[in-house]
Amino acid sequence: MMILSTIPIDYYLVFCSILFCIGVIGVLIKRNALLILMSVELMINSINLLLAAFSAYMNDPAGQIFVFFIMVVAAAEVAIGLAIVVLIYRTTHSIDIDVLNKLKW
Amino acid sequence: MFTEYIFYFLSIMALFSAVMVLVSKKPIHSVLFLTLTFFAIAGHYVLLNAQFLAVVHVIVYAGAIMVLFLFTVMLLNLNNDERSPKPVWVKIMAIAAGGMLMLTLIGVFRGYDIKSAHDPLTTQIGLVKELGRILYHEYLIPFELSSVLFLTAMVGAVLLGKKEQIYK
Repeated sequence: MMILSTIPIDYYLVFCSILFCIGVIGVLIKRNALLILMSVELMINSINLLLAAFSAYMNDPAGQIFVFFIMVVAAAEVAIGLAIVVLIYRTTHSIDIDVLNKLKW
Repeated sequence: MFTEYIFYFLSIMALFSAVMVLVSKKPIHSVLFLTLTFFAIAGHYVLLNAQFLAVVHVIVYAGAIMVLFLFTVMLLNLNNDERSPKPVWVKIMAIAAGGMLMLTLIGVFRGYDIKSAHDPLTTQIGLVKELGRILYHEYLIPFELSSVLFLTAMVGAVLLGKKEQIYK
């Protein structure tokens, strides 16, 4: 077991923070609805990893069960979101979110 | 030391491909880099001794969700670049805001001295046996309800994706 040293949990905190912020930046700078969904997936993944890390370091399986349920919800969300994106593309021939401002005012 | 090297390798791979998701010009490249990110995160799960989550992550994200994204990119024929990208100052502001959020988060987390009580390499909670026992005992009702959620999502996706107009 000498070769397998434990990683401090701070490393996971920093890594997941950076990954989450990359997702935030992606949501802010992209206009393509598909890429915004991908950035949201990145954010969900960073949260999942951090939850699993804390669960493993606390020796509490509830966190990993929660990660499992978050994955379930994320899969449903992506299925519905992509269906909506396809529908929007079919009606407006664009998935640029700045075009989709009909509900704004 | 060995685990730290694996951790650094997986982290750099995940962060690099996450950045490449945003930098890539074509959406198909973004999808493929996102798959690389997901595989790196699956490696992180293995490193945390959460084997069940690693397998589920590969199946759900690198399998199902990536196929959905790839099919959507191919269906929509999005191979051209964004027709009117956001102005540069918006991008600069967005990157500044995200960077400040990152600095804030890291600063907050560094302020605390988090003691990890257990070693994830010796715990057994991430194994299929343990998680399955808990999932089917304490979390049985949410587990069954999630199947209803999936059924709803499936019906909704099929309804939204139908060819004829639903507005008539």
